[in-house]
Amino acid sequence: MSIEMKPGPPATETTGQPQSPLATSAPPPARRRRRRLSPLSLLRWMLLLVATLAFTYPLLWLVSASLKPKSQVFDNKLVPETVQWSNFIEVWDAGPVLRWLFNSGVVSLMAALAVTFSSAFVAFGFAYFRFRLRGPLFGLLLATMMLPGAVTMIPVYLIWHQLGLIDTQVPLWANNLFGSAFYIFLMRQFFLGIPRELFEAARIDGCSHLGLFRRIALPLCRPALIIVFIFELQASWSDLLKPLVYLQTEEYFTMPRGLKQIVDGFALSGEYHWEIAMAATLVATLPMIVVFAFAQRYFLEGLATTARQG
Amino acid sequence: MAERTGPGRLQRRESRAAYLFIAPWIVGFLVFTAGPMVASLWLSFTDYSLVEPAHAVGTANYQQLLDDPRVGRSLANTFVYAALFVPLGTVVALGLAMLLHGVGRASGFFRTVFYLPVMTPAVAAGAMFLLLLNGQRGLLNQVLGWFGVTGPNWTTDPAWLKPSLAIVSLWTVGGSIIIYLAALNNVPRQLYEAALLDGAGPVRRFVSVTLPMISGALFFTVITHTIAAMQMFDQAYTMFYGPQQKATASDESLVYMVYLFQNAFEFFKMGFASAMAWVLFVIILVITVVQVRLGNRFVYYEGGSTR
Repeated sequence: MSIEMKPGPPATETTGQPQSPLATSAPPPARRRRRRLSPLSLLRWMLLLVATLAFTYPLLWLVSASLKPKSQVFDNKLVPETVQWSNFIEVWDAGPVLRWLFNSGVVSLMAALAVTFSSAFVAFGFAYFRFRLRGPLFGLLLATMMLPGAVTMIPVYLIWHQLGLIDTQVPLWANNLFGSAFYIFLMRQFFLGIPRELFEAARIDGCSHLGLFRRIALPLCRPALIIVFIFELQASWSDLLKPLVYLQTEEYFTMPRGLKQIVDGFALSGEYHWEIAMAATLVATLPMIVVFAFAQRYFLEGLATTARQG
Repeated sequence: MAERTGPGRLQRRESRAAYLFIAPWIVGFLVFTAGPMVASLWLSFTDYSLVEPAHAVGTANYQQLLDDPRVGRSLANTFVYAALFVPLGTVVALGLAMLLHGVGRASGFFRTVFYLPVMTPAVAAGAMFLLLLNGQRGLLNQVLGWFGVTGPNWTTDPAWLKPSLAIVSLWTVGGSIIIYLAALNNVPRQLYEAALLDGAGPVRRFVSVTLPMISGALFFTVITHTIAAMQMFDQAYTMFYGPQQKATASDESLVYMVYLFQNAFEFFKMGFASAMAWVLFVIILVITVVQVRLGNRFVYYEGGSTR
């Protein structure tokens, strides 16, 4: 990520403009005179319509499939001929789904909270202070983003194994307490956008460094905190690899790990109860749709700022 | 910066505070990155199954990498998947972003629509698409049928497993659309006006104005997508692997990370898996360096020289 962002001041000075990330949604299009629907713009709307169908239909299809009886899952009708609500009851029998949802909620909340505050804390260190090793250390931080997780996966597993924490949920979030390179990079960009005079004035008034962080940096960068929080919430909720590696007891599974088990058990072998698998799929997806409904603008603005700074 | 901090004591106090702030990351880096890197490099020269202590085997693991046909197979599969998804994803996302650019107010609605699939957990997307891509009764083949095309058995025909993985990934390409749209919105209007005055047609405007101005965003997404594609795991594992399918799964869907995971946590060949991880690291490093080199030639950075 952000490979072209060489560590050190020059690059950051150009990108660290104090643009509020939330004020930068698409600039209002220059008002055009009402114009006819030209063939070209007709084509544009047709293509957009097709794309909209392609992107939304699978989700609508999922809702419908999860309500169908076994024999109709594959009929590809949007409105089920017979609505079979009992699929959602049978899902609870297929596995401790409520428990999995709860586990996922806990894990992803912990992961998101931990990474938001630790990353902000570290980012402030890199943004406000000028110290000798800042350049090299920040370069190192950026370099770690290129490291595939596979390289550290096994030794990190052995660490948690030594600590006796295999088959607990701790390894799923605890390393987030130490910040995450990409989020540190992102937060630092936001902090660099705060006028330095604000900090200096507060220093003169006797504010401590921790105070600068808590009373100026954090409140001013609330949108950035929310962006990091929701991105990690989503990433952590969706993750399959870590739960596969660390969790063995069904009770401790996260929702994606549980869903994988349901798919394996109900769909890929034996009796092919795809409708149950689809109900479980919907249950695993719905919480993130709800999160998106509430935090949509932060996801979209977060991505846009990532791009601008990348 | 022009300002030099004055007395040395103050500066020392400042830098002590600085290190305090970045301490969490330094600790995390040592414990969860640097240490494990050294350990995994060492493990890659050992035979280790978690039960017995590791014992050194020299370069045997690396030798085995060459001997095990599934390593080469999985690497080739991963390359094919990346070569399908990265260009396709870039073109589709850029196309949609350009369609969106200029629809004015409605773009908000479409951004939501295109991003929504990204929220779907990879396992869920994989499970859904197993049905949607079903060869006999799946929705995709039904739609293709309307146009007289007989779709392949996406999820079972060995030749179509990687394209079907790419299709699932394409469905979640919304992030790039948002990024490109933001980049397009940042292209100064005057540039287009100037190009128009010079008599540049739409193709010329796209090639000479749009592409250079958004090349930074394109570069960023191509690099991150390539790195991610080389490590693709969730979807492939969901769709084609699991306790039941170990025997039946076709090697054509075996991507590198799935095989690495199996070696480490199903066969408990942790030394061998570590060697695989290092090879992957080197491959990703080489690809990224090449991409950055190439990119520096084409990417236009505003307010600076191109190099």
